[in-house]
Amino acid sequence: MNKVMLGIVLGTVLGALDGLSAWFTPEVRSMMTTIVIGSTAKGLVAGLLIGWFARKVRSVPLGILFGLLIGFVLAFIIAAMPDPTGKHYWFEIILPGTLVGLIVGYATQRYGKAPVPKTA
Amino acid sequence: MKTPDDATVARLQRILDTPDLGDGRYELGDRIGEGGMGVVHVGLDRRLDREVAIKFLRPGALAASDVARLRREALLLARLEHPGIVPVHDLGELPDGGVFLVMKRVRGRGLDEVVQVGVPLGERLRLFLQLADTIAFAHAAGVLHRDLKPANVMVGTFGEVLAMDWGVARVVAGSDATTEVRPAAPADGTPAGTSAGTVIGTPGWMAPEQARGDAISSGVRMDVFGLGRVLGMLLEAPGPPGAAAKAPPAALRSIVHRATAEAPGDRYSSVPELAADVRRFLDGERVLAHHETPAERIRRVLAPHTIAIVLIGAYVLIRALLFAINRR
Repeated sequence: MNKVMLGIVLGTVLGALDGLSAWFTPEVRSMMTTIVIGSTAKGLVAGLLIGWFARKVRSVPLGILFGLLIGFVLAFIIAAMPDPTGKHYWFEIILPGTLVGLIVGYATQRYGKAPVPKTA
Repeated sequence: MKTPDDATVARLQRILDTPDLGDGRYELGDRIGEGGMGVVHVGLDRRLDREVAIKFLRPGALAASDVARLRREALLLARLEHPGIVPVHDLGELPDGGVFLVMKRVRGRGLDEVVQVGVPLGERLRLFLQLADTIAFAHAAGVLHRDLKPANVMVGTFGEVLAMDWGVARVVAGSDATTEVRPAAPADGTPAGTSAGTVIGTPGWMAPEQARGDAISSGVRMDVFGLGRVLGMLLEAPGPPGAAAKAPPAALRSIVHRATAEAPGDRYSSVPELAADVRRFLDGERVLAHHETPAERIRRVLAPHTIAIVLIGAYVLIRALLFAINRR
């Protein structure tokens, strides 16, 4: 699978699973649908960006760093949105979200297929 | 009359031992190596103005069979054009009936010397595979090396691996190891090689059948044995400085075990087969010579994904910690 497609698929799947894990936090169970959709969309966007980066830059350390950064930024944006009671879930969203970005960053570099150079 | 001192005698002996290379095309320099029957000097090819290596027989080893052997080595090398084999440029005759061989001057170090400084296992195996590919090429051309050992393997400046000293190599009529090989008579009429019963090779490195004086019937499996010994030496070599000393992986030990089996029939049937097993190890695939346990199989399959497994484990751990904190 090419790097962009792998990033999208992995980001979406891990994002969805990350959203589903909110079920373990009883106070937000009522918002599960919104959380899963939001987390999946976040994963998709992160996967797309990280996959695109992996296509441009072939470096596992840089891929991990970029994934970490994208995961952190997107998770921060989501965490900045409070729930109806006004509570923020900084750690609950940012920590796993950043790690998901890191995993996608590593996986796209390690397992994604590099584009075949065009020949004249 | 004054008796010359030891140094003078030694100098005179060196002068006497230095052969006259005839027409003056080659200028002889320092001695850079020696083998069982020959010595190698650095030399200058005046016509082409380049450094060369000149090999000739040791003083005293001028029997017709020795001369024929060096001549045969030249002819063998001439037919083996491969990046892993030092090319021969010229074969000259000495006034005393001897011959000399002019070869490319190779700069590098012996394989044993290279790996003693601490080379990662993967790199050592890649050096081995280069050597194996060279020997496989020689076998395909119907030539057995018969004296494979680290001292006969050189690693050049660019990391190229060269199989040296083909002095006891043998042309065989067929390279199929499953059949008994027969010596082929060279076209120039020189003797085909060693006669039955002659021990050819280096003690400690030669195959058991070679030590018994049967230096041909096992065919390519003889070189498989030599390569197995070289691989064993590479596995025992130290790892990079600072790295923890580890025993060689069981799969590689099994490869060495199979390659150096006492009975030729228990060894790999060819060098490409041996090399393929080493490549399997490098690629994380199952090594055919090794019966792996379920635990070894799991380790082998998961080893290339260690980082991914650690990252996923870290994610699960963080999720579990957050869950535990939220439940308080």
